[in-house]
Amino acid sequence: MSDCLTLRFTVPADDFTRAGEASSSTKATLKQLGLPADIIRRVAIVMYEGEINMVIHANGGEITVEICPDQIVMVLKDTGPGIPDIQQAMQAGWSTASGAARDLGFGAGMGLPNMKKCADSLDIESTVGVGTTVTAVVRL
Amino acid sequence: MLIRDIQALLGAALLCGESRLDDEVTSGFGADLMSDVLAFTDSDTLLLTGLCNLQTIRTADMLDISHIVFVRGKCPDDAMLQLARERGICVLATHYTMFKSCGLLFSAGLRGGGRDE
Ligand SMILES: Nc1ncnc2c1ncn2[C@@H]1O[C@H](COP(=O)(O)OP(=O)(O)O)[C@@H](O)[C@H]1O
Ligand SMILES: [Mg+2]
Repeated sequence: MSDCLTLRFTVPADDFTRAGEASSSTKATLKQLGLPADIIRRVAIVMYEGEINMVIHANGGEITVEICPDQIVMVLKDTGPGIPDIQQAMQAGWSTASGAARDLGFGAGMGLPNMKKCADSLDIESTVGVGTTVTAVVRL
Repeated sequence: MLIRDIQALLGAALLCGESRLDDEVTSGFGADLMSDVLAFTDSDTLLLTGLCNLQTIRTADMLDISHIVFVRGKCPDDAMLQLARERGICVLATHYTMFKSCGLLFSAGLRGGGRDE
């Protein structure tokens, strides 16, 4: 669709200092576009938790953000270890995070549940050993 | 409550964001877990935290939090302060513990800035 703006990011593997750069940049773009504060906040939370997950669980990956007149679609794709049991991963408090992730202030199993709460829809496709694709939609 | 009053109450050092000393905040949120900050704060609130790394600043940035107090003598490094400056975030640092800092501010009238669940 021509009236959608697409942003693409590569999230580097294992670089904890750069984790969040894509989300930060996306948030700045949404602000420039003059979108409502509540929408920007929800997109920022979903993308940031998702981006952190790519770094701490999956060696980075690719994020595409499509900003359309009626919705914002975030696709976070990695080729990490995959999620064996998505239902379990969605439970608040479930986490396989390392100590290093916890040192960052993450890894308490709160990310996916909060992403689900903030997005209008959250879809996770994952194959163990192949990777994970998280698609989140925030409607305008 | 004005940021400059908060600074005085906590005996805090101002590390960046001089221009924000006369900003007013009405609520505060204390946490070391950034996922909790992302899940439980609602609006522009004063963030009190003992977690001291770049993700603290990024989390604040994501939520439009403009004022951070580092507690327990935690001292942000140059990279953190540079990012905070870029994002217009005011950073204070106190030697007081989280409990004491929150208690002092609550007694002085600051209210809880998170959702209780
Ligand atoms: N991109 C991913 N790749 C592999 N596993 C993931 C990914 N995202 C989440 N997970 C799994 O789901 C669990 C829960 O994720 P989340 O709710 O964000 O909590 P946390 O990141 O704090 O562990 C993680 O601990 C991890 O096991
Ligand atoms: Mg997570």
